[in-house]
Amino acid sequence: MKNRSLTELSAGLKSGEFSSVELTQYFLQRISNYDTDLNAFITVTEEQALSAAKVADEKIAAGSATDLTGIPIAYKDLFCTEGVRTSCASKMLDNFIAPYTATAVEKLTQAGMPMLGKTNMDEFAMGSSNENSFYGAAKNPWDLERVPGGSSGGSAVAVAAKLAPVSLGTDTGGSIRQPASLTGITGIKPTYGRVSRFGMIAYASSLDQGGVFASSAEDCALVLQTMSGFDAKDSTSVERGVPDFSASLNDSLQELKIGLPKEFFDEGLDSNVADVVNEAIEAYKKLGAEIVEISLPNTHLAIPSYYVIAPAEASSNLSRFDGVRYGYRCDEPKDLTDMYMRSRGEGFGSEVKRRIMTGTYALSAGYYDAYYLKAQKIRRLISEDFKQAFENVDVIMGPVAPETAFKIGEKSDDPISMYLSDIYTLSLNLAGLTGMSVPAGFSRENKMPVGLQIIGNYFDEAKILNVAHQYQQVTDWHKKMPSAYAGEK
Amino acid sequence: MSLTVDEVKKIAFLARLSIQEENIEQYSQDLSSIFGLVEQMNAENVDDIEPMAHPQDAMQRLRDDVVTEVDQREKLLSNAPLTEDGLFLVPKVLD
Repeated sequence: MKNRSLTELSAGLKSGEFSSVELTQYFLQRISNYDTDLNAFITVTEEQALSAAKVADEKIAAGSATDLTGIPIAYKDLFCTEGVRTSCASKMLDNFIAPYTATAVEKLTQAGMPMLGKTNMDEFAMGSSNENSFYGAAKNPWDLERVPGGSSGGSAVAVAAKLAPVSLGTDTGGSIRQPASLTGITGIKPTYGRVSRFGMIAYASSLDQGGVFASSAEDCALVLQTMSGFDAKDSTSVERGVPDFSASLNDSLQELKIGLPKEFFDEGLDSNVADVVNEAIEAYKKLGAEIVEISLPNTHLAIPSYYVIAPAEASSNLSRFDGVRYGYRCDEPKDLTDMYMRSRGEGFGSEVKRRIMTGTYALSAGYYDAYYLKAQKIRRLISEDFKQAFENVDVIMGPVAPETAFKIGEKSDDPISMYLSDIYTLSLNLAGLTGMSVPAGFSRENKMPVGLQIIGNYFDEAKILNVAHQYQQVTDWHKKMPSAYAGEK
Repeated sequence: MSLTVDEVKKIAFLARLSIQEENIEQYSQDLSSIFGLVEQMNAENVDDIEPMAHPQDAMQRLRDDVVTEVDQREKLLSNAPLTEDGLFLVPKVLD
């Protein structure tokens, strides 16, 4: 059951081979069997899942089902889900019951997808390893001693170990692509503005974008289709039609021009990762693509500017957690200031505090021009790099991360080395482009999965999904599963 | 660039974050290295570059000035740490 594509699951549901209740029970059972080790879920919503599955079965029987009706899904625990705890993996929101539902979730719920639960993540989406969670680290199913990446680590693990056929994550600086790469699954971050951010608890508002984890580009296309589109409730959502992402999946790649940025293949790239990526490029040549070397000369400025813009926006966004309207409040505050300080000091973890302070300093009186404004100017340079590159190529490819999944604890005491692991993913968020990670093989050295990054122009999700799908027609890396979880039970 | 312990205390206060005394030194080291990284931006002359705030450089949309919210007082208050008579309670502000 777990190895079927969403289209195959939908066919099974519609033909009556199995019901949505049975399918949902199957995945709930896998969660119960395996999640004690993996820690992919913060909250499992068994009751809601089964009652939604029952409704889905009625819709299917009545002939009013969509392609997604009855297929269960998991959500990163920063998508608000009405009546269900939405914690952002923070002590601050450990008892927060969302009073409304995020638009992306609402659309998928309307389509009939039962929610299995809410997945683990780095607190407030700040991190690249899922170690910064109030509920403990999520584990990489390929090696439990290693991180699954972050910040959407739990959502990636859930799909990689097939505790869910599909899940949602968010990507502010690589938080979908990097965990997809480190756990060997397919993930897509859409163009900024494509998916509504309404009801996604904000980290860095000008960078955050929701997206999908699944076992293939074909599956990603189906779910992204349903969650995309303009939403009046999100002022940054873009009023623009959504093309049929599945319709162009089978387009030929003859004469496709692929740009390889030389800055993505520098000395910082692990040679085992480079080997896998280069092999994938060879496969694209066989599919008829033309490879062009390009340059994104301001890539080295992506990390410095990101670590001003994201913390600055975070310090502003997270000021809403004041211990008054929702969230954690300290015991026995002696006055209002003490209540603010201790509620926030005790409610937030250390990485969140680090980023709030970084942002507060960058925005403080006298420093705005030197930091935030300068970072926004550099953001323009980075975006112009991509604009120029896309005049000559259709898509850009490279590694997702400089190395495979690292050991739990290896970088947790060193924020800078953790930040540097986002070198190939951040620039795309700064520009606001769409990107994917597609499983491309395993490191020869440690047998951990490696993803290929495919970057598309603005609103070109259909193109990168097509490019990924064609690769998945001639390779089977996306079908590999960690053996400990490969059994049918 | 290096941030002193006193500067860190000031930033923490501006951000309304209580920090344990024994952790301040670590935060000062971490923030110093973060700003060390950030200062790589200084090598670039960007005087003539237009800052970029939004990937599509979109303008804020306007909507008609009509009430769209419904009354959800009870529901929204249910997440508050302390309430009384439909109000949020905070420590005494005025004597």
